[in-house]
Amino acid sequence: MSGLLLALTILLAAAMIGAALVAILGKSMPIAILAAGLVSLLASVLFLLLASPDVAMTEAAIGSGLTTFLFFFILGRMRGGEHD
Amino acid sequence: MIRKFAALLILAGIAAIFTGLLFTYEPDAELNTTARYYAERTAADIGAANIVTAIVVTYRGLDTLGEVTVLFLTAAIVGLVLARGRRRKEDRHLAPVGELLATGSRFLAPLIILLGVYVFVNGHLTPGGGFQGGAIIASGVLLILLADPCRCLSHRIIDTVESVSGLFYVGIALLGIVLAGGFLDSHLLPRGELGDLFSAGAIPLIYSLIGLKVGAEFSSILAHLSETEEL
Repeated sequence: MSGLLLALTILLAAAMIGAALVAILGKSMPIAILAAGLVSLLASVLFLLLASPDVAMTEAAIGSGLTTFLFFFILGRMRGGEHD
Repeated sequence: MIRKFAALLILAGIAAIFTGLLFTYEPDAELNTTARYYAERTAADIGAANIVTAIVVTYRGLDTLGEVTVLFLTAAIVGLVLARGRRRKEDRHLAPVGELLATGSRFLAPLIILLGVYVFVNGHLTPGGGFQGGAIIASGVLLILLADPCRCLSHRIIDTVESVSGLFYVGIALLGIVLAGGFLDSHLLPRGELGDLFSAGAIPLIYSLIGLKVGAEFSSILAHLSETEEL
Protein backbone atom coordinates (compact mmCIF):
# COMPACT_ATOMS: atom_id res chain seq x y z
CA MET A 1 0.00 0.00 0.00
CA SER A 2 1.52 3.30 -1.04
CA GLY A 3 2.07 6.16 1.41
CA LEU A 4 -0.75 8.37 0.17
CA LEU A 5 -3.25 5.52 0.31
CA LEU A 6 -2.11 4.61 3.81
CA ALA A 7 -2.53 8.21 4.97
CA LEU A 8 -6.03 8.32 3.44
CA THR A 9 -6.94 5.03 5.12
CA ILE A 10 -5.77 6.24 8.54
CA LEU A 11 -7.64 9.53 8.03
CA LEU A 12 -10.84 7.63 7.15
CA ALA A 13 -10.48 5.32 10.14
CA ALA A 14 -9.96 8.28 12.47
CA ALA A 15 -13.01 10.03 11.00
CA MET A 16 -15.03 6.84 11.51
CA ILE A 17 -14.07 6.69 15.19
CA GLY A 18 -14.91 10.40 15.55
CA ALA A 19 -18.33 9.94 13.92
CA ALA A 20 -19.02 6.89 16.10
CA LEU A 21 -18.19 8.91 19.22
CA VAL A 22 -20.55 11.67 18.07
CA ALA A 23 -23.26 9.04 17.51
CA ILE A 24 -22.83 7.59 21.01
CA LEU A 25 -22.15 10.71 23.06
CA GLY A 26 -24.18 13.32 21.16
CA LYS A 27 -27.26 14.76 22.85
CA SER A 28 -29.29 15.42 19.71
CA MET A 29 -30.99 12.35 18.24
CA PRO A 30 -31.03 13.44 14.54
CA ILE A 31 -27.32 14.28 14.66
CA ALA A 32 -26.59 10.91 16.26
CA ILE A 33 -28.51 9.13 13.47
CA LEU A 34 -26.65 11.12 10.81
CA ALA A 35 -23.32 10.34 12.49
CA ALA A 36 -24.16 6.62 12.51
CA GLY A 37 -24.90 6.88 8.79
CA LEU A 38 -21.59 8.69 8.30
CA VAL A 39 -19.77 5.77 9.96
CA SER A 40 -21.29 3.44 7.37
CA LEU A 41 -20.47 5.81 4.51
CA LEU A 42 -16.82 6.09 5.57
CA ALA A 43 -16.70 2.32 6.05
CA SER A 44 -17.89 1.85 2.48
CA VAL A 45 -15.12 4.16 1.19
CA LEU A 46 -12.68 2.12 3.26
CA PHE A 47 -13.98 -1.11 1.72
CA LEU A 48 -13.47 0.46 -1.71
CA LEU A 49 -9.86 1.31 -0.84
CA LEU A 50 -9.38 -2.30 0.33
CA ALA A 51 -10.44 -3.43 -3.20
CA SER A 52 -13.82 -4.93 -2.33
CA PRO A 53 -16.34 -2.88 -4.34
CA ASP A 54 -19.16 -5.42 -3.85
CA VAL A 55 -19.11 -5.06 -0.07
CA ALA A 56 -18.71 -1.29 -0.45
CA MET A 57 -21.91 -1.07 -2.53
CA THR A 58 -23.88 -3.10 0.01
CA GLU A 59 -22.58 -0.99 2.88
CA ALA A 60 -23.35 2.29 1.09
CA ALA A 61 -26.87 1.26 0.01
CA ILE A 62 -28.04 -0.53 3.17
CA GLY A 63 -25.81 0.78 5.96
CA SER A 64 -25.77 4.46 5.15
CA GLY A 65 -28.90 4.69 2.97
CA LEU A 66 -31.78 2.52 4.13
CA THR A 67 -30.81 2.17 7.80
CA THR A 68 -30.40 5.92 8.30
CA PHE A 69 -33.79 6.64 6.81
CA LEU A 70 -35.35 3.75 8.74
CA PHE A 71 -34.15 5.41 11.95
CA PHE A 72 -35.60 8.74 10.78
CA PHE A 73 -38.94 7.07 10.00
CA ILE A 74 -39.06 5.65 13.52
CA LEU A 75 -37.91 8.93 15.04
CA GLY A 76 -40.76 10.74 13.27
CA ARG A 77 -43.22 8.13 14.53
CA MET A 78 -41.97 8.49 18.11
CA ARG A 79 -42.34 12.26 18.03
CA GLY A 80 -45.78 11.97 16.43
CA GLY A 81 -46.78 9.69 19.29
CA GLU A 82 -45.60 12.20 21.88
CA HIS A 83 -47.77 14.99 20.51
CA ASP A 84 -50.87 12.77 20.38
CA MET B 1 -18.63 0.95 39.48
CA ILE B 2 -18.27 -2.79 38.91
CA ARG B 3 -20.12 -2.46 35.59
CA LYS B 4 -17.74 0.27 34.44
CA PHE B 5 -14.78 -1.83 35.51
CA ALA B 6 -16.16 -4.84 33.61
CA ALA B 7 -16.72 -2.72 30.50
CA LEU B 8 -13.16 -1.39 30.68
CA LEU B 9 -11.86 -4.93 31.14
CA ILE B 10 -13.74 -6.15 28.05
CA LEU B 11 -12.49 -3.16 26.04
CA ALA B 12 -8.90 -3.86 27.13
CA GLY B 13 -9.32 -7.49 26.11
CA ILE B 14 -10.61 -6.55 22.66
CA ALA B 15 -7.77 -4.03 22.29
CA ALA B 16 -5.24 -6.72 23.22
CA ILE B 17 -6.69 -9.12 20.63
CA PHE B 18 -6.60 -6.50 17.89
CA THR B 19 -3.08 -5.32 18.80
CA GLY B 20 -1.91 -8.90 18.63
CA LEU B 21 -3.54 -9.30 15.23
CA LEU B 22 -2.00 -6.06 14.00
CA PHE B 23 1.55 -6.92 14.99
CA THR B 24 1.46 -10.49 13.72
CA TYR B 25 -0.14 -9.44 10.43
CA GLU B 26 1.73 -10.40 7.30
CA PRO B 27 0.19 -9.91 3.87
CA ASP B 28 -0.07 -13.19 1.98
CA ALA B 29 2.42 -13.48 -0.85
CA GLU B 30 0.05 -15.72 -2.80
CA LEU B 31 -3.57 -16.82 -2.68
CA ASN B 32 -4.49 -19.77 -0.50
CA THR B 33 -5.75 -22.99 -2.06
CA THR B 34 -9.48 -22.20 -2.09
CA ALA B 35 -8.95 -18.65 -3.37
CA ARG B 36 -6.58 -19.87 -6.05
CA TYR B 37 -9.14 -22.43 -7.21
CA TYR B 38 -11.79 -19.71 -7.58
CA ALA B 39 -9.43 -17.22 -9.22
CA GLU B 40 -8.14 -19.69 -11.78
CA ARG B 41 -11.24 -21.74 -12.54
CA THR B 42 -14.11 -19.22 -12.49
CA ALA B 43 -13.61 -17.80 -15.99
CA ALA B 44 -13.33 -21.29 -17.54
CA ASP B 45 -15.98 -23.06 -15.44
CA ILE B 46 -18.67 -20.45 -14.90
CA GLY B 47 -17.82 -17.76 -17.44
CA ALA B 48 -18.49 -14.83 -15.09
CA ALA B 49 -16.12 -11.88 -15.20
CA ASN B 50 -16.95 -11.00 -11.57
CA ILE B 51 -15.60 -13.82 -9.39
CA VAL B 52 -17.59 -12.67 -6.37
CA THR B 53 -20.83 -13.16 -8.30
CA ALA B 54 -19.75 -16.61 -9.47
CA ILE B 55 -19.11 -17.60 -5.84
CA VAL B 56 -22.32 -16.04 -4.51
CA VAL B 57 -24.66 -17.40 -7.17
CA THR B 58 -23.12 -20.72 -8.21
CA TYR B 59 -20.40 -22.07 -5.93
CA ARG B 60 -22.24 -20.97 -2.79
CA GLY B 61 -25.72 -20.72 -4.31
CA LEU B 62 -27.45 -22.56 -1.48
CA ASP B 63 -26.18 -19.97 1.05
CA THR B 64 -27.64 -17.22 -1.14
CA LEU B 65 -31.00 -19.01 -1.19
CA GLY B 66 -30.80 -19.07 2.62
CA GLU B 67 -30.01 -15.33 2.75
CA VAL B 68 -32.96 -14.53 0.50
CA THR B 69 -35.17 -16.67 2.74
CA VAL B 70 -33.99 -14.81 5.84
CA LEU B 71 -34.78 -11.50 4.17
CA PHE B 72 -38.21 -12.82 3.16
CA LEU B 73 -38.91 -13.84 6.76
CA THR B 74 -37.86 -10.38 7.95
CA ALA B 75 -40.21 -8.66 5.50
CA ALA B 76 -43.04 -11.03 6.43
CA ILE B 77 -42.57 -10.44 10.18
CA VAL B 78 -42.39 -6.65 9.73
CA GLY B 79 -45.63 -6.84 7.76
CA LEU B 80 -47.23 -9.05 10.41
CA VAL B 81 -46.24 -6.83 13.34
CA LEU B 82 -47.14 -3.54 11.65
CA ALA B 83 -50.40 -4.73 10.05
CA ARG B 84 -52.42 -3.94 13.18
CA GLY B 85 -51.52 -0.28 13.45
CA ARG B 86 -52.54 0.64 9.94
CA ARG B 87 -54.83 3.59 9.58
CA ARG B 88 -56.61 5.15 6.65
CA LYS B 89 -54.40 7.52 4.69
CA GLU B 90 -57.02 10.22 4.42
CA ASP B 91 -57.08 10.72 8.19
CA ARG B 92 -53.47 11.79 8.31
CA HIS B 93 -52.53 15.44 8.19
CA LEU B 94 -48.91 15.95 7.28
CA ALA B 95 -47.08 19.13 6.48
CA PRO B 96 -46.49 19.40 2.71
CA VAL B 97 -42.98 18.51 1.60
CA GLY B 98 -40.92 21.19 -0.07
CA GLU B 99 -41.02 21.93 -3.78
CA LEU B 100 -37.36 20.95 -4.02
CA LEU B 101 -37.90 17.44 -2.63
CA ALA B 102 -41.07 16.87 -4.67
CA THR B 103 -39.51 17.92 -7.99
CA GLY B 104 -36.15 16.35 -7.23
CA SER B 105 -37.68 13.01 -6.32
CA ARG B 106 -39.78 12.98 -9.49
CA PHE B 107 -36.56 13.49 -11.46
CA LEU B 108 -34.27 11.21 -9.45
CA ALA B 109 -36.43 8.23 -8.45
CA PRO B 110 -36.63 6.73 -11.98
CA LEU B 111 -32.88 7.20 -12.42
CA ILE B 112 -32.13 5.50 -9.09
CA ILE B 113 -34.39 2.56 -9.94
CA LEU B 114 -32.73 2.34 -13.37
CA LEU B 115 -29.31 2.24 -11.68
CA GLY B 116 -30.53 -0.59 -9.45
CA VAL B 117 -31.70 -2.57 -12.48
CA TYR B 118 -28.36 -1.91 -14.20
CA VAL B 119 -26.45 -3.14 -11.15
CA PHE B 120 -28.25 -6.46 -10.90
CA VAL B 121 -28.47 -7.13 -14.64
CA ASN B 122 -24.70 -6.60 -14.90
CA GLY B 123 -24.01 -8.52 -11.69
CA HIS B 124 -21.81 -11.07 -13.44
CA LEU B 125 -19.70 -8.39 -15.18
CA THR B 126 -19.30 -5.46 -12.79
CA PRO B 127 -19.19 -5.18 -8.98
CA GLY B 128 -22.56 -5.51 -7.33
CA GLY B 129 -25.45 -7.80 -8.00
CA GLY B 130 -28.87 -8.79 -6.80
CA PHE B 131 -28.61 -7.64 -3.20
CA GLN B 132 -26.96 -4.33 -4.03
CA GLY B 133 -29.31 -3.63 -6.94
CA GLY B 134 -32.33 -4.52 -4.82
CA ALA B 135 -31.20 -2.17 -2.06
CA ILE B 136 -30.69 0.63 -4.62
CA ILE B 137 -34.21 0.06 -6.01
CA ALA B 138 -35.57 0.20 -2.47
CA SER B 139 -33.81 3.52 -1.87
CA GLY B 140 -35.55 4.85 -5.00
CA VAL B 141 -38.88 3.70 -3.53
CA LEU B 142 -37.87 5.34 -0.26
CA LEU B 143 -37.33 8.65 -2.06
CA ILE B 144 -40.84 8.39 -3.57
CA LEU B 145 -42.29 7.70 -0.12
CA LEU B 146 -40.37 10.59 1.44
CA ALA B 147 -41.57 13.06 -1.18
CA ASP B 148 -45.20 11.99 -0.85
CA PRO B 149 -45.89 10.21 2.48
CA CYS B 150 -49.58 9.85 1.67
CA ARG B 151 -48.94 7.92 -1.51
CA CYS B 152 -50.18 4.38 -1.25
CA LEU B 153 -47.86 1.92 -2.95
CA SER B 154 -49.73 -1.03 -4.36
CA HIS B 155 -49.02 -3.94 -2.06
CA ARG B 156 -50.44 -6.31 -4.61
CA ILE B 157 -47.80 -5.39 -7.21
CA ILE B 158 -44.95 -5.61 -4.67
CA ASP B 159 -46.18 -8.95 -3.35
CA THR B 160 -46.66 -10.35 -6.86
CA VAL B 161 -43.14 -9.33 -7.94
CA GLU B 162 -41.73 -10.83 -4.75
CA SER B 163 -43.56 -14.17 -5.01
CA VAL B 164 -43.09 -14.63 -8.75
CA SER B 165 -39.35 -13.92 -8.63
CA GLY B 166 -38.94 -16.20 -5.62
CA LEU B 167 -40.82 -19.01 -7.36
CA PHE B 168 -38.80 -18.61 -10.54
CA TYR B 169 -35.55 -18.57 -8.53
CA VAL B 170 -36.36 -21.89 -6.87
CA GLY B 171 -37.71 -23.21 -10.18
CA ILE B 172 -34.44 -22.44 -11.98
CA ALA B 173 -32.55 -24.00 -9.08
CA LEU B 174 -34.62 -27.20 -9.40
CA LEU B 175 -34.24 -27.20 -13.18
CA GLY B 176 -30.50 -27.34 -12.54
CA ILE B 177 -30.95 -30.81 -11.04
CA VAL B 178 -32.77 -32.04 -14.14
CA LEU B 179 -30.88 -30.30 -16.94
CA ALA B 180 -27.43 -29.58 -15.47
CA GLY B 181 -25.07 -30.75 -12.77
CA GLY B 182 -27.17 -30.10 -9.67
CA PHE B 183 -29.22 -27.72 -7.54
CA LEU B 184 -28.57 -24.09 -8.59
CA ASP B 185 -26.09 -25.11 -11.29
CA SER B 186 -25.71 -22.18 -13.70
CA HIS B 187 -24.93 -24.36 -16.73
CA LEU B 188 -28.60 -24.45 -17.75
CA LEU B 189 -27.89 -21.86 -20.41
CA PRO B 190 -24.83 -21.71 -22.69
CA ARG B 191 -21.75 -20.16 -21.09
CA GLY B 192 -21.23 -17.61 -23.84
CA GLU B 193 -18.34 -15.24 -24.36
CA LEU B 194 -16.59 -13.98 -21.21
CA GLY B 195 -17.65 -10.38 -20.65
CA ASP B 196 -20.84 -10.42 -22.71
CA LEU B 197 -24.16 -9.42 -21.15
CA PHE B 198 -25.67 -12.78 -22.05
CA SER B 199 -22.96 -15.02 -20.68
CA ALA B 200 -22.16 -17.05 -17.57
CA GLY B 201 -25.12 -19.39 -18.06
CA ALA B 202 -28.11 -18.74 -15.82
CA ILE B 203 -26.29 -16.28 -13.53
CA PRO B 204 -27.76 -13.04 -15.03
CA LEU B 205 -31.25 -14.57 -14.85
CA ILE B 206 -30.84 -15.79 -11.25
CA TYR B 207 -29.26 -12.53 -10.08
CA SER B 208 -32.00 -10.45 -11.76
CA LEU B 209 -34.62 -12.51 -9.95
CA ILE B 210 -32.76 -12.08 -6.65
CA GLY B 211 -32.54 -8.33 -7.34
CA LEU B 212 -36.29 -8.05 -7.98
CA LYS B 213 -37.04 -10.15 -4.90
CA VAL B 214 -34.74 -8.18 -2.59
CA GLY B 215 -36.02 -4.87 -3.97
CA ALA B 216 -39.64 -5.93 -3.48
CA GLU B 217 -38.94 -7.14 0.07
CA PHE B 218 -37.21 -3.91 1.14
CA SER B 219 -39.93 -1.86 -0.57
CA SER B 220 -42.65 -3.76 1.26
CA ILE B 221 -40.88 -3.15 4.60
CA LEU B 222 -40.63 0.58 3.80
CA ALA B 223 -44.25 0.78 2.61
CA HIS B 224 -45.46 -0.94 5.79
CA LEU B 225 -43.43 1.44 7.93
CA SER B 226 -44.70 4.50 6.12
CA GLU B 227 -48.34 3.37 6.29
CA THR B 228 -48.37 2.43 9.94
CA GLU B 229 -49.59 5.16 12.21
CA GLU B 230 -49.53 3.48 15.62
CA LEU B 231 -46.80 1.16 16.73
